[in-house]
Amino acid sequence: MRVDDRTLRVVLAEDSVLLRDGLTSLLARFGHEVVASVGDAEALVAAVAEHAPDVVVTDVRMPPGFQDEGLRAAVGLRERRPGLPVLVLSQYVQRSYAAELLDSGDGTGVGYLLKDRVGQVEEFVEALAEVADGGTVVDPEVVRQLLRRRRDPLARLSPREREVLALVAEGRSNGAVARQLVVSEAAVGKHIGSILAKLDLPPADDTHRRVLAVLAFLRA
Amino acid sequence: MRPRNVWQAMSAPGFLLSAWPWRAVAYLLTGAFAGAVTLVGLVVVVTVGGALSVVVVGLPLLVLTALAGLPVARLERLRLRLADRAPAPGLPRRQPTAYGPWPWLTTRLREPASWRDLGHALLLATVLWPLDALVVTAALALPLATLATPLLMATVGDGEEAKVLKQWTVTTWPTAFGAAVLGLLLLVLGAYALGLAAGARAALTRVLLGAPRDATLDARVVELTRSRVRLVDAFEAERRRIERDLHDGAQQRLVALTMTLGLARLDAPPGPLADQLAKAHGEAGRALEELRELIHGIHPKVLADHGLAAAVEDAADRSAVPVDVRLELPGRLPRAVEAAAYFVVCEALANVAKHSGADRAKVTGGHRDGRLRLQIRDNGRGGAEDRARVGAAEPGAEPGADVDAEARAGSGLTGLADRVSVLDGRISLSSPPGGPTLLRVEIPCEWTTEPFA
Repeated sequence: MRVDDRTLRVVLAEDSVLLRDGLTSLLARFGHEVVASVGDAEALVAAVAEHAPDVVVTDVRMPPGFQDEGLRAAVGLRERRPGLPVLVLSQYVQRSYAAELLDSGDGTGVGYLLKDRVGQVEEFVEALAEVADGGTVVDPEVVRQLLRRRRDPLARLSPREREVLALVAEGRSNGAVARQLVVSEAAVGKHIGSILAKLDLPPADDTHRRVLAVLAFLRA
Repeated sequence: MRPRNVWQAMSAPGFLLSAWPWRAVAYLLTGAFAGAVTLVGLVVVVTVGGALSVVVVGLPLLVLTALAGLPVARLERLRLRLADRAPAPGLPRRQPTAYGPWPWLTTRLREPASWRDLGHALLLATVLWPLDALVVTAALALPLATLATPLLMATVGDGEEAKVLKQWTVTTWPTAFGAAVLGLLLLVLGAYALGLAAGARAALTRVLLGAPRDATLDARVVELTRSRVRLVDAFEAERRRIERDLHDGAQQRLVALTMTLGLARLDAPPGPLADQLAKAHGEAGRALEELRELIHGIHPKVLADHGLAAAVEDAADRSAVPVDVRLELPGRLPRAVEAAAYFVVCEALANVAKHSGADRAKVTGGHRDGRLRLQIRDNGRGGAEDRARVGAAEPGAEPGADVDAEARAGSGLTGLADRVSVLDGRISLSSPPGGPTLLRVEIPCEWTTEPFA
């Protein structure tokens, strides 16, 4: 069962051997190739330089300090190679991490997921492909926490619009959002137009504006 | 360092030019005066009271005399500040059980501190004040008189002669000025003598009025304080270790398990096996979720990585009640301080959600003048003081009336108040019925990293 026809070349950074092997076989199962799997942030930077992968998957917490080395490396990599798709896996929800990551580059081609999500194998691989294609993926749990805050400028959005924005923030297309909310795709398009207008986002390429909307959402 | 008392000042250079000799003089002079007035007062009251006791009205007067030590001791404590800046706590005093003069009187008459004060007043009125007067006279008046010899010669003696201290006669100017130089030297000597005497007098007052200090008890308090700090540190380190172990061990294995189950589901043909796999997969996912929450509750990673402000934002995100966070914390604070403050905020927000009925809460604060200050306020119905008697932790206070309610609602905050007090900090709660509720935390600390603008 292939979600995406493309074979992605992946550099994987994860300090637990158990998970590294598991993820490698999981990705192989979907026809993707892990060109390098490493155990710390320094090796990650080196591996990316060597292999020029389609997408990087990295854990947040890695040796030597077991703090946020993986995230730091990911942000650093995106500074040096704008547009390098990076999917960051975290063992806990941390909004500031997500915001930091999305702030790197122009916010396209990044993902921030809870590690738990790799258990939902198909969705995980889908998200990975989305990131590799320049999409923005934010974990539903992060989105849920953000929704509780309800602060300006998001206060201006109607509940339905917030719902739509939450799904967009999770990296879904208009069609996927429409299916989820059981409405027509045209209705979703209208909601998104209204969200962008309420968030004062400048008229530009639609993908870019979507990312900006997600960023506004995360920073609120 | 500023000297705290006159003896310390004497050992420092510049004593003669500082305010301390003047303070010593003022202390001894007011002492002589206060003692004399006390003596007169006591004699008058006792005489009048004794005379009137024949017609009974004198007896209350005599009873009041027994409490004469109280105002005198109060005055002496005030005066003590002239010679010694350190506070002089007295014996602990009991709170009268009821309002009114009679309960006050009986309480005061029954407690040992009142009788000690009376003893002190008697000593002051009989022995101490003449000594004060004597010292001032000897150390100040005699040198001044000697110093004034040339002046005396020029005025009273018509330039012919002058009597030094009414003892020996000086007839020539050089001798007169010699006497003046001697007076100056005596004055310097006198200043030190005054300092010495004022210091001794202050020390004596402190012994007479202050609570007795028990050296072994002091040492024990120091040791207990230190061990308490060590315990909290160990507790904190243990939490971090547990968090790390869970994270590196159980959590990784559970993730790997859900991944394996997820892959197995892909290959399983539809049927009972696939259903069981789906169930196992779901259970594993829920276990993972619960474990994640558990780990977060033990020691949130965001606190360790990003500091207090980010962790409080995170806690606000999780709160059921919308919370505004406005913290000015540009740098990092000591780990123990961050952890204590964070858990206080979490507990406060949990209480807001559970008890207050508020629909809005606010966390504000920052670090200024070497103190971390946080306020957590809500717009709820208040009355939290009755639920959580944070103040019950104060020494000597009566235990809370409703211990069960306290244990239910307040144990979280009481425990946190203990934790904050280990760091020399304070928690205070204001929550009148009808609201609003305001919880303040204050912990003295310094930045561990330079704050950036």
